[in-house]
Amino acid sequence: MPEGVAGIAEMILIALVYLGIFSVAGLFLVLVERRVAAWFQLRIGPNRVGFQGILQTLADALKLVSKELTGTVRADKFLYNLAPYFVIISALMAMSVLPFSKEFHAFDINIGVLFLIAISSIGVIGILLGGWSSNNKFALIGAMRSGVQTISYELSVGLSLLTMVLISGSLQLSAIVEVQKNGWLIVQGHIPAVIAFMIFMISGTAETNRAPFDIVEAESELGAGFHTEYSGMKFAYFFLAEFINMFIIAAIAATVFFGGWLSPFGITESLPWLGVFWFLLKTFVLVFLMMWFRWTFPRLRVDQLLTLEWKYLLPVNLVNIVAMALIVWLNLTIQF
Amino acid sequence: MSYFSDIYKGIRTLLKGMSVTGRYFLNSRKGAITQQYPDNRDTLKMFDRFRGEVIMPHDENNEHACTGCQKCEIACPNGTIEIIWDRGIDEETGKKKKKIDQFIYHLGLCTMCGLCIDVCPTDAIEWGQNFENSVYDRTKLTRVLNKPGSTLRPGVED
Amino acid sequence: MPMEITPTATDSFKSQEYFINMGPQHPATHGVLRLLLTIDGEIIKKVEPDLGYIHRSIEKMCERDSYQQIVHLTDRMDYLSSHINNEAVCLVVENALGLEVPERVKVIRTIIGELTRIASHCLWWGVMGMDLGAFTTFFLGFRDREMINDIFEETCGARLTMNYNVPGGLMLDIHPNFVNRVKKFVAHFKTKIPEYDELITGNIIFQKRTKGVGILSREDAISFGASGPVARASGYSCDVRKYHPYSALDKVTFTESLKTGGDTLARYEVRIREMWESLSIVEQLIDNIPEGDHRVSTNAVIKLPAGEYYQKVETARGELGVYVISSGTKSPYRLKFRSPGFSNLSVLNHIAVGSKIGDLVAIMATIDLVIPDIDR
Repeated sequence: MPEGVAGIAEMILIALVYLGIFSVAGLFLVLVERRVAAWFQLRIGPNRVGFQGILQTLADALKLVSKELTGTVRADKFLYNLAPYFVIISALMAMSVLPFSKEFHAFDINIGVLFLIAISSIGVIGILLGGWSSNNKFALIGAMRSGVQTISYELSVGLSLLTMVLISGSLQLSAIVEVQKNGWLIVQGHIPAVIAFMIFMISGTAETNRAPFDIVEAESELGAGFHTEYSGMKFAYFFLAEFINMFIIAAIAATVFFGGWLSPFGITESLPWLGVFWFLLKTFVLVFLMMWFRWTFPRLRVDQLLTLEWKYLLPVNLVNIVAMALIVWLNLTIQF
Repeated sequence: MSYFSDIYKGIRTLLKGMSVTGRYFLNSRKGAITQQYPDNRDTLKMFDRFRGEVIMPHDENNEHACTGCQKCEIACPNGTIEIIWDRGIDEETGKKKKKIDQFIYHLGLCTMCGLCIDVCPTDAIEWGQNFENSVYDRTKLTRVLNKPGSTLRPGVED
Repeated sequence: MPMEITPTATDSFKSQEYFINMGPQHPATHGVLRLLLTIDGEIIKKVEPDLGYIHRSIEKMCERDSYQQIVHLTDRMDYLSSHINNEAVCLVVENALGLEVPERVKVIRTIIGELTRIASHCLWWGVMGMDLGAFTTFFLGFRDREMINDIFEETCGARLTMNYNVPGGLMLDIHPNFVNRVKKFVAHFKTKIPEYDELITGNIIFQKRTKGVGILSREDAISFGASGPVARASGYSCDVRKYHPYSALDKVTFTESLKTGGDTLARYEVRIREMWESLSIVEQLIDNIPEGDHRVSTNAVIKLPAGEYYQKVETARGELGVYVISSGTKSPYRLKFRSPGFSNLSVLNHIAVGSKIGDLVAIMATIDLVIPDIDR
């Protein structure tokens, strides 16, 4: 068939595959979150639907699909319906650049890291639209808080990733993984890299509005924040998008800091298709870490959140970049 | 300088908190305190004094111990107990005696305060341990505690 | 009926302020409490509580019921210290009749009262963590509360609304397993309170959210009539168990938990301290429960001599007072409860103005309101 049609057919096929990954990952993550939360809290968690509860999220999704799609009176209908799609689309676009393995990499552009940071900024538009168009004071408060939070923490995410780009020398994600054949970047960069990792985890958690930074949807203060007025499938979109965002942050950290799809010490170098397994393993360890944060710490107040970012994380980040630049320039990185 | 000690103190207390939940996570298999309720009905045993609902125990001859003195009806704060009684001729002495026809107990109104059981002079009523009392039809919550055809056990009044 | 905006709420309305209803159904107002908030951005300008959503006319019902029947109504007022509420009414009746209950009854009432206080504080701690965002504390607090509930269920038969006290003593004697269970619980709980401290109290996020928030000065605490941990955290020493001891409380030694900060962290620490003190009271009494009768028999129909009687007790929230006016009949002429929550709630406007919405949640969590206690 002609070039153009084949190209378009390939794009559609890849898009469908990624939609599949998106939904499966979302469903699986929701279940993992609920069971891990239960184990932290001396409970058992959902284990009745399907073997050990695997079909639980499917049951939840069925329930959500069958719910009535309510809307508030005098809500801005167009924006109200549009808001969930922003978060979904930004999550999908970010997933497309993740390097699952050497071959399984849909969109390997040369500005990979920059693209990821830019896409995460689009997600916040969905939250703001959702809060504003709901015509509900609680949702508005939640949305405004979220806008302020995301704008502040994008800086820290960007700067900490930039610190690691100094070692790899390239923004392209596959190049970053190739550089780590000499040892994971967190080991190569020793002290500044560890600091950058900690800052990335903190700001990544804040970017995705998860506890301890979940004032946006602070359940005990505002009911449900910006998605108070959403029900049914649209609520499911917000809900799934939050979990996929968590997955993306963990995946970026696994790629940039922990070697992506490379096996530790190159033990399974000869089986390149195992790269997907290693990538997912590292991502899930980091997802578990984020869940651990959520179920232990109380929530920060809005002004404390901003104080944390502007007075603590940002100065440390800037000093860290200078330190990392010095280390790279003086060839003090640990190479294997 | 307090800037850095703030950061250090912050990280240390956060890690201490995480260690507590981490410990619970590692012990989660044995430490779970959930009782898997509908599955464990066979082994579930409530305490002896558990206040489930008021029952009137009958022995093997279908006899109960309620003389119809109505002390429980007076003691109940909100009219949960209604006794329908009649004066009948007692077979042995030939005198007129109170006999209960129906001991009506409104489970829907009962506050489980226990005053009726406390005040009964013949221990005719006691606490049952059944707590699964939900019904689809509210009239089923109005129960008659004495079984049909049951009579007063002889020798109770003494 | 349209919602009335009270005149005071609109008087000081500037153009940037807006009006939010932290309505009767809300995850953070423990019970059905409606708060009318006037907010400017995130700063609170005015808080007005609107009560009455769970008013069940308990005091009116008490004018119709006999004295034994009144006791079971008090269970449902402050349901977290239900035993202590029962004890208050029984003490009023016994003092009015001049009835002397056996030592055994007094000691058992004190032990169960202190266990109720610990159970209430366990629930308070769990809910406080949950309101601030640390959801695990809820389950940990409830796990310990379940152990106390099991103790109660074995002896009294019920877990929340116990109705175990009657005027004249206890309805049933304690179960043979009671002493062992309580001892096991005390040993278990002593290892848990340090764990609570590790998880939440020292946590920097928690400290930053509660230190210096919602300061109540000592003079204000006295003038608003606050009692219980709310007042003790401001330095006002007002423990009824110390100044007007009842039951077996004059036989035990314990220190009153006082702090002077008056902020949310001080109120939190006062309650944690109270849990330790209650544990020590239980330990002092559990080994030597005197032998004797568990009940003194009264008439079937209790009639108090005409006159006025008052008794105050220390519940987990503060000072509960029971005021009875009797005209010699089988029901009181008028019965009034001085509820601790009502006076504690009145400080809310004073201390929450100027703080943010997140602070309001923290302040309400430490004032420890139980709305059925306020509305009766």
